[in-house]
Amino acid sequence: MSSSERRLEFRNYFQDNLGSRMVTDKIVKIIVIACVAIAIIPLGSILVDVVRMGVEIISFEFLTALPGAAGSGEGGIANSIQGTFIMIGMTSAIGIPIGVLSGIYVAEYANSRVGKLIRFFNDVMMQFPSIVFGIFAFLFIVLVLGKFNLWAGAIALSLIMFPIIARTTEEALKLIPDTYREAGHALGIPKAIVTVKILLTAAKGGIVTGIMLSVARIAGETAPLIMTILGSKGWFRGTETAMDALPLTIWRLSLLPYDEAVMFGWGAALVLITILLVLNMSVRYLVLHRKGGSGSLGMFMRITGGKK
Amino acid sequence: MSRDLLAKKRNFHWDSIFKITATCAGAFVLLIIVLIFGQLMSDSWLIWEKEGLAFVTGDRWNPVEGREAFGALPYIAGTLVTSLIALCIAVPLSIGIAMFLSEIAPTRIREPISFVVELLAAVPSIIYGLWGLFTFRIVFKDWFESPTHEALGEHIFLFRDAPFGLDILTASVVLAIMIIPTISAVSREILLAVPAIQREAAYMLGATKWEVFRMSVLPYAKSGLIGASILGLGRAVGETMAVTMLIGNAVGPKAFPFGFFQQGNSLASIIANEFNEASPVSMYFPALIGLGLILLFVSLGINVCAHLIIRRVTNAHEGGIKGF
Repeated sequence: MSSSERRLEFRNYFQDNLGSRMVTDKIVKIIVIACVAIAIIPLGSILVDVVRMGVEIISFEFLTALPGAAGSGEGGIANSIQGTFIMIGMTSAIGIPIGVLSGIYVAEYANSRVGKLIRFFNDVMMQFPSIVFGIFAFLFIVLVLGKFNLWAGAIALSLIMFPIIARTTEEALKLIPDTYREAGHALGIPKAIVTVKILLTAAKGGIVTGIMLSVARIAGETAPLIMTILGSKGWFRGTETAMDALPLTIWRLSLLPYDEAVMFGWGAALVLITILLVLNMSVRYLVLHRKGGSGSLGMFMRITGGKK
Repeated sequence: MSRDLLAKKRNFHWDSIFKITATCAGAFVLLIIVLIFGQLMSDSWLIWEKEGLAFVTGDRWNPVEGREAFGALPYIAGTLVTSLIALCIAVPLSIGIAMFLSEIAPTRIREPISFVVELLAAVPSIIYGLWGLFTFRIVFKDWFESPTHEALGEHIFLFRDAPFGLDILTASVVLAIMIIPTISAVSREILLAVPAIQREAAYMLGATKWEVFRMSVLPYAKSGLIGASILGLGRAVGETMAVTMLIGNAVGPKAFPFGFFQQGNSLASIIANEFNEASPVSMYFPALIGLGLILLFVSLGINVCAHLIIRRVTNAHEGGIKGF
């Protein structure tokens, strides 16, 4: 179609039918607003349910005591809360250094072809089903050591965590103008020091955002934990044993046929969702109050932000 | 002089150590991907050796020793069917949301609404499962499934089974709710990336907002929106906990998805359910690992497609109005 024919076509289309076109426009607007409403209803329902059920059960004892007999309605979920924080700590200890270094490599050291390749594989790995990491950690660690243990869980979760951190670190470093690097080199500072002292300091906000997003993501993971830390009813007894975590507790309790157990599940869900919302709100605060636009980082965070 | 030299030498030393460490960390992702594939292949080797391709095409599932039979087809079908239904529900809604956020909403309410939609993404799978199991399932069964079954059950085989709440449709709808944030957030970015000139040209001709969207924004963003949808599909395929809690966990030939209200199973959920029951020395165990390997390949294929499409789109340049 030549451009003059096309112009004619447009002109014909836009003639004298304004009334009906405006009506179509209105209808579409209503449909679109309905779409937003339909998407927001489930979120509202989830939050209302979790808070309504959770508040009923949450007490000082619930947050600080070990679980009682299943379905008795006694005790609490303190060991799961402890387990969740231990898992976050151990996972971060493995995932953050690897993720940040990997991001530094792609942004500062790799030539563009290798960089693209590694970025591509980070993206691909970020989308792997999380249960696959659980199977891998089970085969690689649990079977070799012969027991369910915390390190297997931490390694499975850190494999989910490090690609997220690597990508956010890379994007954050790329936003720093080259003049920073040039100034450092002009002073004769070695590249490692330039990277660590100048660039990481300047990119701090973006990197912290990535870390917190990845923590929020792994804190809610359940599937890999089934195969690695299994769940238990006691306090933390060292990294070589099974342990509980909030998502595992919710899963186990929700499948029990006792109402009291299910109520405990809602309570645990409220604790978990509170932790995650606090993390997400802090990320938002960091992003909004950081200097400069979020740019591709913003898009990236929306792609990776939370799951499971 | 010599001290300067020493300092330089020491710095050089640390510099190269840092570089090597960073390189190792960068290469780590490649190593891990190879390790995951290698480990899954070697541990599921027994089942491929015994069943061969029949493992992918078979539909029987019996872990009892002596009468073992393993076929993955019902679960592959379950995964694809639930994900595709979820996609059919989620894509129109997500594009509507993205359109609202990029074209219609006043700037003042854009941020709060995208924030709320993104909050949905932060809710973990297990909580969707809990909500689905104790709230949504009952409402959905009473208000949608039972009336539909009564009205259409005799005529259309898809609605034939008596609804129980734990079925393929419930799992798919919850899955759709879970992938809406992903698809709508990526779609919104893609719509916002459409150059303003595209819109201005159409407005100049006297188009209404909907016409601008349909004629000049949508054709430009089309492949990007397809990429976003495939990304959502990838999410849905790998989703485990919520599906496990809602899909009904049937095994064997009856898990094959023939109707909306039938109990089914997906690759991820059968693994999550049965993994801890399997003894590592039986055939059961390699069969479950084999399911994991199939799941990995399915999700890998989907995601690589999505990335290639999205990358092509974000590299695209401005153009004129692209047809109707």
